[in-house]
Amino acid sequence: MGQTMIEKILSAKSGREVYAGDIVVADVDFVMGQDGTSPLAIRAFRNMQGQRLFDSSKVALVIDHSAPSPSESVSNLHTLMRDFARETGCRLYDIGDGVCHQLMLESGKVGPGSLVIGADSHTCTYGALNAFATGVGSTDLAAALISGKMWFKVPPTVRFVCHGRLPAGVYSKDLILFLIGQVTADGATYMSAEYVGEAIDALSIEARFTVSNMAIEMGAKAGLMEADEKTFDWVRRYSDRHFAAVKSDPDARYEKVLEFDVSNLEPQVAKPHRVDNTAPLSEVAGRPIQEAVIGTCTNGRLEDLRIAAGILKGRKVSRDVRFIVAPASRRIYLEAIADGTLAALVEAGAAVVTPGCGPCVGTHNGVPSDGETVISTANRNFKGRMGNRNAEIFLASPATVAASALTGVITDPREFIEGN
Amino acid sequence: MQLTGKAHKFGDDVNTDYIISGKYKFKTLDMRELATHVMEDLDPDFYSKITPGDFIVAGRNFGCGSSREQAPLAIKYANISAVIAKSFARIFYRNAINTGLPVIECDTDLIDPGDELVVDMAAGYIKNVTKDTVIQIRPLPRVMLKILEDGGLAAHFAKYGTFNFD
Ligand code: SF4
Repeated sequence: MGQTMIEKILSAKSGREVYAGDIVVADVDFVMGQDGTSPLAIRAFRNMQGQRLFDSSKVALVIDHSAPSPSESVSNLHTLMRDFARETGCRLYDIGDGVCHQLMLESGKVGPGSLVIGADSHTCTYGALNAFATGVGSTDLAAALISGKMWFKVPPTVRFVCHGRLPAGVYSKDLILFLIGQVTADGATYMSAEYVGEAIDALSIEARFTVSNMAIEMGAKAGLMEADEKTFDWVRRYSDRHFAAVKSDPDARYEKVLEFDVSNLEPQVAKPHRVDNTAPLSEVAGRPIQEAVIGTCTNGRLEDLRIAAGILKGRKVSRDVRFIVAPASRRIYLEAIADGTLAALVEAGAAVVTPGCGPCVGTHNGVPSDGETVISTANRNFKGRMGNRNAEIFLASPATVAASALTGVITDPREFIEGN
Repeated sequence: MQLTGKAHKFGDDVNTDYIISGKYKFKTLDMRELATHVMEDLDPDFYSKITPGDFIVAGRNFGCGSSREQAPLAIKYANISAVIAKSFARIFYRNAINTGLPVIECDTDLIDPGDELVVDMAAGYIKNVTKDTVIQIRPLPRVMLKILEDGGLAAHFAKYGTFNFD
């Protein structure tokens, strides 16, 4: 019987042929924790009487969510992580290195066919590299640190076939917001998503990360894509290892196959306070904003910063807007300095914060005040997400955020893109 | 084991940011302190309304969002004895079992706020004392039952040193 991508990876990693519904204990290729989840995992590791890591070269801890630390209590948790890394010999990425997911993508440890778990829900991002990568909690993380294994129920798959090509000024962020709006926040719960079709093939690898990143916002356990030349180009930049790509068989069984033609898609937004509360941008155009954020594991990559700089170069953002930029990694930060992207953004009025999660999760770096409206490239807009339950958050593409920062109101970026 | 308490009702898609806001979760490992903020963004006074043993009863997709284990822990330390919902987001579901918070799937439209409930997980039903009705609950996967029986995943590992489902 044919298998889906995730069935193939879980078969390879558990040593037997498995299908949706089977329970497996699988070998993991890499294990990651961040500063919101690792402290509890370290505590669980001790409660489990863990002595050492299953393989210290396959473990990384990342300090990105509150980095640099905004308070003494957070500092103490960071120190706990640093001590643990020193003691066990695993890699620690410290403040300023970047968002955990971007660092994993750049680590060379993740590639086609890999199985990765991370104690962060957006671990599904690496699905764009044809890996099964999924988020777990701290106790699962601790179990994997000790055993190098994790149990899974093999999920059924929902396959998204995206036909056509995205028009100019419409990006992969608009595409994934649209898809989430179509299937809702629990449309893929307990399932793996596969994103395929001409529209996906045409995306850059960076743009694909944005799509897989938000698979969890439809409830999915993973968001896989097929590997192609772009995938291997990315992987070769960071690793000379061999990875075994997987592809779904033509007779694989799907829970659902959903087909969309995206050639006329408009820029999308997610309105407060739900990610699946999506609408075409035109519905909310003109609404004033006070804060604009470009960054996060969804849209803080070089391509995103360049798109924003393309709109903002030589212009100034609105006086009524605080414009915050958080490059997703140190590497991206350096590249954006080297090619002038960052200069263009800073001249336009950007406040650049440390590579990392930035203001995404309300720990620091730009908590909005009561009654304010934020437009952000992040992946979540829940009430209170950015630290204030009395603020409203819209999610959009980097182009839309840049255009909106410029005008001070939610703005269609196509007004500023040449050729339109 | 029977659990007894009254129902506190919430809607669909209660996410982990609502269960425990990110602004607190990153600060501390003191779960008693976190518990005082449980559900605060949905109901600022929620913590003070809880009588030990009460249940959180919700709609679809409870616990969606982040992987923070502080979410089930904050609920547990707020003296909620179980979460009953139509469905759960998968990471939350795993985390709850791993940390020993019972999670129960059933048709929660049959429960109103304030209803007195008796939950019998082993027997597979909830008795709604207020309405004098019985609600069937969906059984847990075998692997999860084993983890719960062992007292959570940490205890399971302390006992076996690895996953042991045989
Ligand atoms: S950038 Fe935001 S969504 Fe991504 S890992 Fe950090 S807090 Fe989570």
